[in-house]
Amino acid sequence: MYEELLLTILLTSVPLILAATGELVAERSGVLNLGVEGMMLMGAVAAFGAASLSGNVYLGILGGGISGMLVAGIFGFFVLGLATNQVATGLALTIFGTGLSGLIGAPLVGKAIDGLPALVIPGLSELPLVGVLFQLDLLAYLSVLIVAVTSWFLMRTRGGLILRSVGINHDSAHALGYPVLWVRLGAVLFGGFMAGLAGAYLPLVLTPHWAEQMTAGRGWIALALVVFASWRPWRVVIGAVLFGGVTIMQLAGQAKGWTIPSQFLSMMPYIATIIVLVAISGRGRIQFGAPAHLGKSFHATR
Amino acid sequence: MGNAKLIIAALVVLIAAAVFYMIGQPPQEKETADSGALKVGFVYLTNPGDHGWTYAHEVGRQQLQDHFGDKIETSYVENVPEGPDAARVIRDLVAQGNKIIFTTSFGYMDPTLQVAGEYPDVYFDHITGYKRAANMATGNIRFYEGRYVQGVVAGLTTKSNQIGYLGAFPIPEVIQGINSFARGLRSVNPDASIKVVWVNSWYDPVKEADAAKVLIAEGADVLAQHTDSPAMLQTAEKAGVKGFGQSSDMHEFAPNAQLFSSVNNWGPYYIDQVQKVLDGSWTTGEGPDHWAGNTWKGIGDDFLVLTEFKNMPADVAAKAAAARDGIANGSLNIFEGPMQDNEGNEVLKAGQVMDDGGLWAMNYYVAGVEGKIPN
Amino acid sequence: MIILHPRKHIPLQLTLLVPVVSVVITLFLGALIFAFLGYHPMAALYEFFVAPLSRPDQLGNLLVKACPLIIIGTGLVFCYRANIWNIGAEGQLVLGALGAGWVALSFPEATTPFLLVAMAVAAMLAGALWAAIPALLKVRFSTNEILVSLMLTYVAALLIDWLVRGPWRDPKSFGFPLTRPYPDGGVIDPILIPGIGRLGQLHWGVLIAFIVAVIGWFFLSRMLGGFQVKLMGDAPRAGRFAGFSPGRVTLGVFLISGALSGLAGMIEVSANIGQLQPNVSFGYGFTAIIVAFLARLNPLAVIVAGLVVALAELGGDAAQISLKIPKVVTGIFKGILLFMLLAGETLTRYQLIWVGPGSGDQPDSPAGKQ
Repeated sequence: MYEELLLTILLTSVPLILAATGELVAERSGVLNLGVEGMMLMGAVAAFGAASLSGNVYLGILGGGISGMLVAGIFGFFVLGLATNQVATGLALTIFGTGLSGLIGAPLVGKAIDGLPALVIPGLSELPLVGVLFQLDLLAYLSVLIVAVTSWFLMRTRGGLILRSVGINHDSAHALGYPVLWVRLGAVLFGGFMAGLAGAYLPLVLTPHWAEQMTAGRGWIALALVVFASWRPWRVVIGAVLFGGVTIMQLAGQAKGWTIPSQFLSMMPYIATIIVLVAISGRGRIQFGAPAHLGKSFHATR
Repeated sequence: MGNAKLIIAALVVLIAAAVFYMIGQPPQEKETADSGALKVGFVYLTNPGDHGWTYAHEVGRQQLQDHFGDKIETSYVENVPEGPDAARVIRDLVAQGNKIIFTTSFGYMDPTLQVAGEYPDVYFDHITGYKRAANMATGNIRFYEGRYVQGVVAGLTTKSNQIGYLGAFPIPEVIQGINSFARGLRSVNPDASIKVVWVNSWYDPVKEADAAKVLIAEGADVLAQHTDSPAMLQTAEKAGVKGFGQSSDMHEFAPNAQLFSSVNNWGPYYIDQVQKVLDGSWTTGEGPDHWAGNTWKGIGDDFLVLTEFKNMPADVAAKAAAARDGIANGSLNIFEGPMQDNEGNEVLKAGQVMDDGGLWAMNYYVAGVEGKIPN
Repeated sequence: MIILHPRKHIPLQLTLLVPVVSVVITLFLGALIFAFLGYHPMAALYEFFVAPLSRPDQLGNLLVKACPLIIIGTGLVFCYRANIWNIGAEGQLVLGALGAGWVALSFPEATTPFLLVAMAVAAMLAGALWAAIPALLKVRFSTNEILVSLMLTYVAALLIDWLVRGPWRDPKSFGFPLTRPYPDGGVIDPILIPGIGRLGQLHWGVLIAFIVAVIGWFFLSRMLGGFQVKLMGDAPRAGRFAGFSPGRVTLGVFLISGALSGLAGMIEVSANIGQLQPNVSFGYGFTAIIVAFLARLNPLAVIVAGLVVALAELGGDAAQISLKIPKVVTGIFKGILLFMLLAGETLTRYQLIWVGPGSGDQPDSPAGKQ
């Protein structure tokens, strides 16, 4: 029974890991994209559409990622090319993505597909408790790999150093000759691709059908996770599993007869994020992780 | 530089204006020319694409339109939040000439009442509420009747004697359903019991799927739902357990898992009410009693339709059909004493039958349901 | 490669022309979309922007719809002018509704209009208190206020859900999640026009919106406090030299914005709903963020921006009813409208300069930031 619950927690956290990792990279480069929810929805509808029309779930994964990246491109054009306000543009992106996904998805309502199969690894999956780690699906394994690569890229490569320096101070980065806007565009597109994959996970794995607004606010949780993780990729995984754990335990607690109002349990992830925010940004210390130029527009002057 | 930009801007305006001129003749006068068709308006909570609650209303609207053909003209507004916007949208529908307006969610009750007071010559039909006026009626389906049959099938199907039940919110309509399910369950299997998990949402596919997985992990092998998406059934299908669909037939989503689905069939109600408006015989209801003043019908009047019994042995299907027919012809009373709540207190004495007021006052679980109602 | 060059001074004709051009481009794109989807483009645009204004009751509805946007937007202008990013107005609105609701439900027999005053005060206090959390955390621990205020929005939504379904539920509501109706004294009355009667949903709270915006403008442009706020945003170091405390400004703008959001919540419920229900706001707190930016952070322009955004909302419903254009299409249209207006804002403040490849990344002067 505990293994089944653990597996449920892991599967629930996969889309959060994917979306938060993408947003993390964008934020590290200094761009706050509040449009995650919209990008996830676009990813979800494109993934389901591609999988349902072609009959191939792997095309669905690809379609989801690309679609997320395309709408992220719109965001990038406005925020980077025209230096529009990031908060307002991100909100506009969510409105736009929600609408467009609903329109594209209208003919897909009521259709069902065979979801992404689980890739059970023989031997390892038989282990007690930790065995569930080896009963996941391609995207879930991939999400861990992406986190590893992202972490390595950000912390161990020159490219990652440039990306972080752009986020910490775009003026200095510019003065050093780094192409601030191009770096940020790359980060935003990566964020969109990941949000698209996260959205794709919903109709391909969790509930193999398309429904309008099926993300139901998970994009916003991904935003919270980035902060919860203090902009460190591996902590995103920990945070996502904790979030997933709180969600599932709230449901399991009811089945076990707990009587705490479920609203209070649902508040936990948000309050935990605030507590973590306070804990990581103590007075007088440098905010470790937080990109100093997060949310600020950059334009080169001549 | 600045001048060049201004010129470009002016050009854009000119081109846009030209394009507008070309693609668009001035908007046609709206067809206010009275074709004599009765205009019927609907207010929807979500998009009909939810494949659940609103979808069922949309199917009803189409039945209505097909039934009357040219004699009526229907339209709907979707995604109307249950707040001040609702009153505005309803007024809009009145202003557009609609003579009867169906507001299809509980939260529209007060806005509907408010607008009904302002337009005494327009008829309003609110779905699932309890407030009425001279020109505002209430329509509802006895959803709980179908759940009794579900309980019977579940009791004969379960091997673990553990049933999982997904609830949206602990409101009377949902509690009625749980209790009715438990009555059916216990009528055939005194050892089975129901675990309820509240999702706190009518519609959140991922959370519904999560709750279903949790219930399966807790040992449930038959699942029922009072939420709107097919996510629970899809989860059941994948896990190899059984379940019941909600609001519409969800067979396609779970060909091996769906035992049957209770389909909300609003068409007959809509046709009835519109017919009355056409005849000039529209009334709020029949009796002086608060609960008699609304239309609240179930399986017997085809307001609730059970889909084909599938994925079960023939004898189970036969018992299910017997329960369904018993409810339809009135020989089977779901809430007939003796009945106890799940703490052992007597609710109905032997032979006593619960009236509609009692149904709406349910704030307890009957025997067979585990736990307590939150708050 | 395009480079943005800030204008030294913004010519008046540009200030006026750019919003017009961006609206025209939006109309054009919108027309293309509508035509592509098989709707008559002119009829659709007519429904969006003209039909809602063609009936007197719809004018009333327009003002009602714009009312919370203007009140919240004005508060947000203070924050954003000071470079403080409060995006939790939605939660502050809910807390305001709760504060006012608590007062109203505590005096179930009250008929005196003083109850409304007490409710307004309670709402503003509750909203301000909720906003004080991100403000104090920012001042004390320099936490990111964007995220704290956003998180608190979700907490607020769950809080009202719990109260309305649990402790505050009306025992006579058959278990449905509603509180008791507010007493007569706690309801904001509709405005009755002599000879016409009600004008849609028009109520007296709308007047408050205009008063709030005008006071906000006066404070920001004519008073020392407003000067401090602007200085904090534009030149924080100069502000510090002048002896202004950034912490106090941060707290101040958050309190103003929280109190106004709370007030909007109180008006919304008292005038339009008359009791508390699980959902009392429908994204006003988020939409107001966009309104504040469209208004270029000027409280007087917030009135115009609030009306424009409200018009698009009303138009979306009108287009649904008469042309059966689905709500999702209106969502797309709104998204495009916002993109264009935001882009227009940039074009007003900056010159776009084309530069050849290769030269774009060579800094020849210190880079500026917004």
